[in-house]
This record gives sequence, structure tokens and C-alpha cells, in this order.
Amino acid sequence: MKLSTFKIGGVHPSGSKLSADQPIKVMPIPDTVYIPAAQHIGKPADIIVQKGDKVKVGQLIAKSSGFVSANIHSSVSGTVTAVGPVPDPSGIAKMGVTIKVEGDEWMEDIDRSETLDTNVDRFSDKEIIDRVTAAGIVGMGGATFPAHVKFTVPLEKKAEALLINGVECEPYLTADHRVMLEKSEQLMVGVKLIMKAVKTEKAFIGIEANKPDAIEKLTELSRKYAGIKVVPLALKYPQGSEKHLIKAIMNKEVPSGKLPIDVGAVVSNAGTAVAVYEAVMKSKPLIERVVTVTGNSVKNPSNFLARIGTPVRLLIEAAGGLPEDTGKVISGGPMMGKAATNTDFPVAKGTSGVLIMPEELAHRREPEPCIRCGKCVDACPMGLEPYLLSVYSRKKMWNECEEHYIYDCIECGCCVYSCPAARPLLDYMRLGKSTVMGIIRSRKK
Amino acid sequence: MSNLLTISPSPHFKDKPTTKSLMFGVLTALIPTFLVSLYSFGIGALVTTLVSVGSCVLFEWLITKYLLKQQPHIADGSAILTGVLLAFNLPSNISPFIVMFGALIAIGIAKMCFGGLGCNLFNPALVARVFLLISFPVQMTSWPKPIESRLNYLDAVTGATPMAAIKAGDLSICENANFIDMMIGKAGGSLGEVAAIALILGGIYMIARKIITWHIPVSIILTVFAFAGLLWLIDPSQYVNPLYHILGGGLLLGAIFMATDYVTSPMSATGKIIFGIGIGLLTIIIRLWGNYPEGMSFAILLMNAVVPLINKKFQPARFGAPKTK
Amino acid sequence: MEDNVIAISIAVLGGVAVLAAAILYVVAKKFKVDEDPRIDEVNELLPGANCGGCGFAGCRNFAEGCVKSLEGKFCNVGGADVMNKIAEILGGTVTAPDPKVAVVRCAGSTACRPKVNNFEGAKSCAVVAATYAGETGCAFGCIGLGDCVTACEFGGVSINPETGLAQINESLCTACGSCVKACPKGIIELRKKAAKFRKVYVSCVNKDKGAVAKKACSSACIGCGKCAKTCEFGAITVENNVAYIDYTKCKMCRKCVEACPTGAIKEENFPPRKLKEAAAPKELGQPTNADKVEVKPEPEKIVLEKKSDNPNAN
Repeated sequence: MKLSTFKIGGVHPSGSKLSADQPIKVMPIPDTVYIPAAQHIGKPADIIVQKGDKVKVGQLIAKSSGFVSANIHSSVSGTVTAVGPVPDPSGIAKMGVTIKVEGDEWMEDIDRSETLDTNVDRFSDKEIIDRVTAAGIVGMGGATFPAHVKFTVPLEKKAEALLINGVECEPYLTADHRVMLEKSEQLMVGVKLIMKAVKTEKAFIGIEANKPDAIEKLTELSRKYAGIKVVPLALKYPQGSEKHLIKAIMNKEVPSGKLPIDVGAVVSNAGTAVAVYEAVMKSKPLIERVVTVTGNSVKNPSNFLARIGTPVRLLIEAAGGLPEDTGKVISGGPMMGKAATNTDFPVAKGTSGVLIMPEELAHRREPEPCIRCGKCVDACPMGLEPYLLSVYSRKKMWNECEEHYIYDCIECGCCVYSCPAARPLLDYMRLGKSTVMGIIRSRKK
Repeated sequence: MSNLLTISPSPHFKDKPTTKSLMFGVLTALIPTFLVSLYSFGIGALVTTLVSVGSCVLFEWLITKYLLKQQPHIADGSAILTGVLLAFNLPSNISPFIVMFGALIAIGIAKMCFGGLGCNLFNPALVARVFLLISFPVQMTSWPKPIESRLNYLDAVTGATPMAAIKAGDLSICENANFIDMMIGKAGGSLGEVAAIALILGGIYMIARKIITWHIPVSIILTVFAFAGLLWLIDPSQYVNPLYHILGGGLLLGAIFMATDYVTSPMSATGKIIFGIGIGLLTIIIRLWGNYPEGMSFAILLMNAVVPLINKKFQPARFGAPKTK
Repeated sequence: MEDNVIAISIAVLGGVAVLAAAILYVVAKKFKVDEDPRIDEVNELLPGANCGGCGFAGCRNFAEGCVKSLEGKFCNVGGADVMNKIAEILGGTVTAPDPKVAVVRCAGSTACRPKVNNFEGAKSCAVVAATYAGETGCAFGCIGLGDCVTACEFGGVSINPETGLAQINESLCTACGSCVKACPKGIIELRKKAAKFRKVYVSCVNKDKGAVAKKACSSACIGCGKCAKTCEFGAITVENNVAYIDYTKCKMCRKCVEACPTGAIKEENFPPRKLKEAAAPKELGQPTNADKVEVKPEPEKIVLEKKSDNPNAN
């Protein structure tokens, strides 16, 4: 059978999923956690605790500050020692809360039992969204878009299908893979809950063919849950992009500048679905997530269940320590992750993995002249012309950038990946994209 | 940790091919053709190729180092490739001085004047070939007979090429055309254009290794086949079998190796097909109604000139483009 | 026969020429755009650098603006001379704003601001700023990849290879503001151009707390406020852990320079101080004339010497 995938562009980055067979290990609670106030796209949450406050696990410490924002809860119990800058991978300290851990006392209303609760009918769609909002759930694939915003389908639109993103197309990362294998039942109930919230009868779980065990297990389970179908997909990056997942599964193209819901799709990450299950059925806010710590030089590539705010350094130590020849530490996957300046930054809601690259893989080649081979054009999944856009951006020709649809760029990195001359195409395009988006926004005002 | 962490914007992963590996990939694909040319033309093929490659590399090095005062980067293989392609476009009994002159034109004028690798508008090897063809018409059109003149270089026995035969109106050759000879390098012609089978082999290799895409060669060959075939069907007494057009002359060399030159071909798939169709049509038009027996180089150069327009007009298919009504 | 060919050729070509001339004539008459001739005159006078410092999209656009109304228009590049000539043509008055000069407010040279990571990517300050904090511990300082150098139309900005910082050649600076716009960190400021390019300014924009800033860069402003206390004219304010000298109030007494514990406040192009003070700022990379202090040279001469001495002057 030919597996479905999206049509235009895409690349096949090699890169082994080293930690695919490692069961999720629970990280011990650290001594101190650093919880940033901005762990989602949108406005940072307003911090509502003060220095000296005692907090419990699951207690709200920062309140959503608008529609596109999310609540943040304490992931540990202890004393707030500081409200101020916390470490960040970029090196620019961000606002957040530092909590010194004392014991492990949870909020009373959280159900910590392991029993599976499949009684979806207890809740109305409104209640589900309210609970998701309260729990501060964001897209856990890395984009960290507040989940309740996605699940609130505007009145004039209708969700035809819910797509669950189990693609994990980034090389090396295995967090979603392990979640799908080890929390399959919870995932299914979570999917059911989201289906109810967005009022649709159909759900597709898209999984790339390099995870046959997950495909098999979920297909088996999906027989018990009406409306849920597992769709195996061909290997291709960036299939985890919302637009490309919709194209691959529903064969619909989200028009430029439009949202998935405009073609009747709601897309959610597999990890997010499990978080939804926990939030709705167990009243447990988003206070921990699965993080892959991996890399060719890492001694024991692993998947950890870590509390939000745990310094990444501890995770790396648990995976065998930072190798001597480390040249780069990446928060996220190799294609879209961000290189970090330090290892003190905390696990946030969107930290899907930590990739450690040895010195010999950490460097970019010196850029050579563009030979106009067109490989970037072939690779671009949005059908753009990166060779042209990067020059326009570098020369600050914003009008031309706009004429060539720079705002469609999803920053997936396929162009740089495929460029034989090692040109920094995306570096400039990102600049051009944000400038052009700014110009477009200011024009609308 | 002993060293500073490296920070760069994403992606942090890179596909293997480099400019150098792509250039050497093309060179690898040219090996079978070179072997056949050695078999057919012997010592002449060897001397011409060596002189051409050597002088291309030398001129590139001299120009970058002393005229442009930059760090020469001849290691990327592009000058070598230009040298090989230039040699493959010449008759094997040509004087080495003419070859060197051609190399100077290719590198000095067609490539470096425009800004070096990646900036040239026209295919350097073809510019040189056309320049030589106009400057030295006699030397450029006296083709040694393959096999027979293997051990002779400058004093080789010359004979007609299939294309020249058509131009002369001698269709009898075609009637008893031996396609097998044309496949394996027993028909006359330039160094690199005599062995269709070796060229096709090289093309398949390049497509398999993703060095080139199929669009340009296939569209050229199909266009030539369709156009020449149509004429043949109309009047077989005046026009030859289309296969003859495809296998004869520089068509395959041009379609597979020259037209697909990265720098001077369009970017998008649609653009490449338009480019190929244009080359195919122009080639046949020049071959049949033009002054020269061979039209491939002119056709490619003419289409090179419109590549910027093609790039502008035929942008790649865009994801989620609004439907035009 | 031959004569015939020649005659036909002449007739055809001549005919084409006459026809083309006629078409051109008609088109030129019919589609003539009436434009105020003064726009061209004004445009002629302008420097033609199209720097955009006036807020218009290029010189011609500015000329059009001037013809409409001269009020509030001023071309920094051309200066008062050009503007007066324009005023003559258009019949109005121009008010020259205070002359200004670009100042780079970062003293974090490679010596005092150690590198803590290694950037590989497009050589552009904007790209670095969009990616992360920067190669040093200071997220506010000069990145040194020269976006301002490219932005300057007049060759007035360069990157000092020793300090790795942008520097302004004051004699070339026209205060057009291109570098100010180009700097993603907002380090470059247009400040009052005083006589002989003298200036006193806080050469730091680091908003981090004192200890953090000092750890990242030894010449950082730590926001201690000593300068503000010293200032007799109320020109210095400390906000967000960084001091700022209001050039409209500053009288250039230079007491703040002495008060600053980290040497973040810079004085430039002043005559040398008396011996005991002159030694102090030397270690901070401040140009001093310690060896020349005994002689009290004439002011003119000092300027010359200072120019050759001052890293910002060439």
C-alpha cells in the first residue's frame, strides 16, 4: 500500500531515533525549579505569587493574560524564592518564578490514581474547553499554541475532522512516540474529549511509518473507539507541520493566510491529547511532560517524564552527562530546535527534546556562492523560492519579499538542509518574514 | 566541556551533497562518455580533454588570484567540469591552441566577467564552442572518422557527420541509418556526442543520484521527437526519422549535460519543462532551416537568455495558493 | 536593379524614421506630465544619496515635499548651505535643527566583554539579535557584524578590528539616522553635535542588574547612580539599571566621567586633563594624552592631535 503524504517539497533528513526503545523514566523532583511566565505563543501569563509564598503541586502561579495566553501552575510544592528572571536557552533571561522544593504536596482536587477513566459523556463540550483552559494546556509539539484557542471552533465554522499529530518528523525526537506507546488508552480518551470539544465525529491519528509499534498498538485500540482512525504516513519532513499533516491525511490545502479550521480541520499533538485527558478526567494541570534527551554522543539516550521547570542540566546528567566533545546543545529537534547558550534553562511546556551534538557535527560549513541548482525550490514544502527570498531579505527589499509570499514560510529549514552551497537562506528569510508580517499588520491598522 | 557552545539559527542538520560533490557527480556521469570517446578517437580525445581541462582550471586560478585578487576556489570542480564539457563539444583533431583559446573564452568571458560561479547567464562551455565555431569554421567542422583515426591526432582522416549529411540533403544516409553505430560511437562528431548509450547512462546516473531532475532532458528529447516526427510523417522524403535527430549530433550531450547546467537553467519544475520545450523546438528549427548543421548549442544559449524571464513567470507551485477564478 | 534596391531601402528606412518620429511627437505631446519645474531644481541641489534621513523615500521625494511646503523640512546631509539655496528658489525660510552626530553607546570591546559562545550563521546583526542574546554575556551590546556599516551611505561607520565595536567617523557622519535604524540593539543614538565633536555620554545600554551587567562586561553601566548624584544640572537619569545623559541639559563639565566606577561614561575630543586625572581612564581604552599634558597647546592644535589619537576618528 502506498502511504499518503503531502505533495510539494519536503526532505528526508537521516537521523536515528536513538531513544525510540527507551521507556519513559520519571525524573526525580529537583531541588529548585524555574518556571517561565511565557511558555506559549501569545502574551506571557501574569504571575500571581510573591516571594515567600508557599505553593503546592498544581497550584496556579501565573494567570492567563488574554485570549491567546495560558495559565501556568506550580509543578512542585515548596516556597517561591524569587519572582524575576529565570534562565532561558537564548541567554536572554525571561520573567518567571523560582521555587525551592519542599516535599511533594499536591492540590487536593487532582486525582492521582492510575485508573483509566473513559467516561467522556460526563462533560459537555463547554466544560471540556473550560478544563483545558484552566489546566493551561498548550500545543506540546513545540509550537506551544494555547490549546483552548484551537479547540474553540468559531460559530460560523465547522470542524470536519480532528487530526492528531503523532508524526514526530524531527529526527532524533521520540517523546511523542513513547507517549503514544505507553499512554495509548489515555491518548484515545483524550482524542475523544477533543472530538467532543470541537464537535466532530471523526478523528485521524497520523503516524509516520518509522513507528510501526505505535501504529499497530493504536490501530488495535482504535477499534474500541468509534470514529478514531490511525493513518500511517510515509516518512517525510515537515509532515508534522499542521498544514502538511492536513494535506497528507485529508488532501486539503489550507489557503495562504488561513487557519486549519477554514478547511474544517483541528490539529492537535499526541502529547497534547494525553494532557487533555489528564486535565479533564483527572483535573491535573500541565505540570510535567516527556522530554527526549538524545544525541550521537550521549551515553544513554532517554525519554524522561520531567516536571516543568526542571533544569535541563539535570536531565542531561541523568542521560549519562554532557559529553566532553559537546559542540552544541539544542532545545528541540535538529531541524527547528533552538541552539542553547547554556544547559541551565528549564524544561518548559514546549520542550520536546534536548539534542546534544558533538563538536564535529556542530558547525556549519562556510557558505559558498549560490549555484542556482534549485534544490531549495524543490525542497520547499510551501512552494516558495528560498534562493530569491533570502537575497531580497538580505537586501531589505521587503516589497519583493511580500510579492514572493515570504509570509507563507513555515521556517521548517528544508531549504538550508538541502542547499549544497551551505547558504544561510533561512537566517535571512526569517528576518524578512517577521519584517513583512509587521508591515502587513501595520497596514491593516 | 572544553570549547564554547556553538549557536546558530535552525536547522542544525544538513544534507550531504555539497557544490563540490555535485560537480564531481556530473564528472563521474561523464566517465562512460569519455571512455567511448577514447575508444573512438583515441589520442586526439585524450589530448583535447586534457588541454581543455588544464587550461580552464589554469585560467580560473589566474583570474581569481591576480585579476580579482580573491582566494581561488578551483577545488569546487566547476572549472574542471567546464573544461570537460568544452572538450566534449570539439572535434578530436583540433589544435590545442584553439582549445586553449576556447577555454579562455569560456572561463574569462562567459563565466568570470559575469561574476564567477553562479552568476553567469550563459553556459560557459557552449559560449566557447559557438565562439570557436564562428572563429574557426573549418577546424571546428572537420570531424575525424571514428575508430580509423584513433592513433592519429592532428592529421586524422576526416569524414561527414550525420548532421552534416542531412544539411547537405543527403538523406540516403538515413535510409540505411545504422542506429547501433550512433549508439556506440561509430558515427562521426564531436568528442562527447558520438555515444548515445554512454550519455544516457550518465543521465540515468545523475537522475538517480538526484544531481539533476528529469524535467529538462526528457522535455527536450520528447519535444524533438514530437516535432521532428510530425515533419517526418508529413513528408518522409524531405525530413528524416526523428530518432536520427535524437541520436545524432550534440542533442543528447546537450540535453543531458549542457542544458541541465544548474546556473543557466530555470529553478522550478514548470520552468524547466518550458525551457526544455524551447530548446527542442529551436534545435530542430536551426537544424532544418538554419545555416548550421547543428542547432543544439545555439538553442541552449538562446534559451539561457530567457531563463530569467522563465524564472519570473513560472514560479513553483505554491502550497495553499488562492484559487484563481 | 541595384539602384532600385538602394532606393527601396532608403525609402523604407526613411519612412520608418518619419513614422517613428511622428509617433514620438504625438506621444510626447499627449502624455506630457505637468510637473512643477522647481522640483527638478531642488532635486539638483540635493546630495542625491537617497539616505532617507529626512524621512522621505529618497531625494526626489524630499524635493517634492519641499515644493509643497518647506516647513519642518531639513536635509542633514546637505546642511544649511543646501537648505538656504532651496529656500531661495522656493521663497521661504528654513529652520536648521540642532546639528547632530551618531554616537555608538557600547564600550564592550573584546577585551572587557569575553565571548561565551560561538555564533555561526548569517553575518548580520539582525540575524543574531533575532536568534539569541549574542556571543557575549551582554544581551544589549554591540554585536559587531556591521549592519550599521552597510546601512551608512557615506562610509562613516566602520567596525574597529581591535575592539570589535562599531565606530563613527564624525567628519563623515551626516546624522541621517540610517545606522540608528539598522542597529537591532538600538545602541546608536543621534546626539547633539557640539563644537569640535566634543561629547560626554553613557557608553552602555545594558538594562541588567549591576552585578549581572558587570559580570558580562567590565565597562558596563551598573546603574549605581553616582553620576546622577554628581551632576549639577540634573542631566543624568538612571532608569532600568542604566544611566542616560540628556544632551540638552548636559553642560559637559565631565564630573560624571570621573565619578563613574566602571568607566562607562565616556568623554571624547576634549583637551587633555591635568596629570593626576589623565592616567585614570587609560586602562579603559580611553584615549589620553598623558605625555603631552605639560604643554598647554592651542585649542586648534589639540583637535588635530586628538583626531589622530582617537580611535573614533579614522
